Amino acid sequence: MSKKDFVLAVEGLTVSFDGFKAVDDFSFYVEEGEIRVIIGPNGAGKTTVLDLICGRTKSTDGSIKFCDKELTKMTEHGIVHAGVGRKFQNPSVYEDLTVFENLELSFPRGRSVFGALGFKRDAEVLKAIQETAEMVFLQDLLGTQATLLSHGQKQWLEIGMLLIQDPSLLMLDEPVAGMSVAERKKTAELLRTITQNRSVIVIEHDMNFVADIADRVTVMHQGKVLSEGSMDHVQTDPKVIEVYLGH
Amino acid sequence: MSNFSKQKLLSPAELCGFIVLALLLFVVLPLSLDDFRLNLVGKYLSYSFVAMGLVLCWGYGGILSLGQGVFFGIGGYCMAMFLKLEASSPENTAIQSTPGIPDFMDWNQLTELPWFWEPFNSLGLSLIAVVLIPGLFAFLIGLAMFKRRVGGVYFAIITQAVAAILTILIVGSQGMTGGINGITDLRTMLGWDIRTDEAKVILYFVCVTFVFLCLLLCQFVLRSKLGRLLVAVRDTEERVRFSGYNVDNFKIFVFTFAAMLSAIGGAMFTLQVGFMSPSFVGIVPSIEMVIFCAVGGRLSLLGAVYGALAVNFAKTTLSEAIPELWLFALGAMFIAVVSIFPNGLMGLYTAYIAPVVNRTLKPVFAAVKQKLPSKQPVSESTTGAE
Repeated sequence: MSKKDFVLAVEGLTVSFDGFKAVDDFSFYVEEGEIRVIIGPNGAGKTTVLDLICGRTKSTDGSIKFCDKELTKMTEHGIVHAGVGRKFQNPSVYEDLTVFENLELSFPRGRSVFGALGFKRDAEVLKAIQETAEMVFLQDLLGTQATLLSHGQKQWLEIGMLLIQDPSLLMLDEPVAGMSVAERKKTAELLRTITQNRSVIVIEHDMNFVADIADRVTVMHQGKVLSEGSMDHVQTDPKVIEVYLGH
Repeated sequence: MSNFSKQKLLSPAELCGFIVLALLLFVVLPLSLDDFRLNLVGKYLSYSFVAMGLVLCWGYGGILSLGQGVFFGIGGYCMAMFLKLEASSPENTAIQSTPGIPDFMDWNQLTELPWFWEPFNSLGLSLIAVVLIPGLFAFLIGLAMFKRRVGGVYFAIITQAVAAILTILIVGSQGMTGGINGITDLRTMLGWDIRTDEAKVILYFVCVTFVFLCLLLCQFVLRSKLGRLLVAVRDTEERVRFSGYNVDNFKIFVFTFAAMLSAIGGAMFTLQVGFMSPSFVGIVPSIEMVIFCAVGGRLSLLGAVYGALAVNFAKTTLSEAIPELWLFALGAMFIAVVSIFPNGLMGLYTAYIAPVVNRTLKPVFAAVKQKLPSKQPVSESTTGAE
């Protein structure tokens, strides 16, 4: 298989913090339109992998190719412009701004200083915000300050902020953490609709949710790939049962 | 949804605030104060430019600078250098051993004008320098700090160090800067005597006009998407980065913008007070400037003006009555703002007085609205200046 088939190709990725290798010679490939879930015990390096891809942490060694661009040498905002969106583990929204303003700031236009000064709320912006808000179930809360939203709604808002950027690779760090059962169901549905023309990497601990959405699962342990394949495959892998799922 | 499409420069409430301030500064104070007191108000107002800059930089952007005196000072010195050169014409300085250069240079055995004084022979270049040199200086500091992701307390400490360094530099090179005495004995501007009472009244109105121009400019910045981005950076810098913005550039912009505003204030100060000295540059004045902003309310542009007026008025009054009490009062004021009313005077106004005003004015507005049915009320979605 040639590398061209992959949206994201991570090869030999290593990062060491004062000698401790949080991610150690890690390689994985994400295809176009695929939903990949990364699971693994605490401290396995899952979040660090996402940090490395989006440029928050600089790698010690290895390469990250995204649509033929080498991400390890790019700035954070450059990586976003290339089409990578990242949702953080704790919902990270602009608490002092309204839902509308949160989405407006995420709309991919006027990103330079003077672009932001001259930014106009035209019909295109309003339409994109309206559509995104409907998609993430917040259409009635556009004027609400984000700090007043429930935990689940903040998670949705952050997903919405990524969607409005229309990234071709979406990375979600524990998108259903702290959500009620009903909210989880809605989120799983949401993820299925938004992944239609993009690839998604999800970190998640909730195995039912993982089984629900994953095309393929990568299990990480101590910074390395422990197992990779379909949900059924990794669930029956004795190594995975040993270190993560338990007997 | 239609409510969100409107982005007015001023909400009705803010417009009222602007009008009240305009009435106060343009009409009430000039009519009720004598020339000496009016000149003092003009001096206080020159500090309000610094406080406005701090509202943007600190209140909205979350970047605390304890070195705004640097930019206030450079702006003031640029103005003073022009005025000094005009005052040092060969006729005026005929008794010096080198006529035609400022008196302090002559006292320090300088025989010719230092090269960096040359551009200040021209008023045009001097006025450009007033804004541009502090702007460039702030840009370089911002570039060096924010690109390296230096922020918060560390940034505040570095700005404070810059203020200390600049003071030492000015005091140390007495022959070129006038040293600890500063640049004094300023007389005319293009032949127009700035020391007369009449000139002081005119300069007061010039200052007030600039206050309003700068207020509107700041309001424009805050109303734009950049204003909301500043709030976002203050809340969650990381998220802004990963929404595709180069956060460093926005911080550099707002810091530079605030510096330029401070510099305009410095130039207005020089014109109205008639001299400039290192005592307006260093650490203490820089911290006082932060207090003007904090007392007024660091999220309110109008608050910045009221804060600068109120604190300076208190300073003058107290210093006239019990000189040794002022520093204690300043400290007490700072503690009170931090612990009792963190949003300053404007915060108090919004919390306690605004509801009463709104209740009283509601019938009036309703009556006006009935007469003007075409005007729809705008629901404000952003955190306003008040």
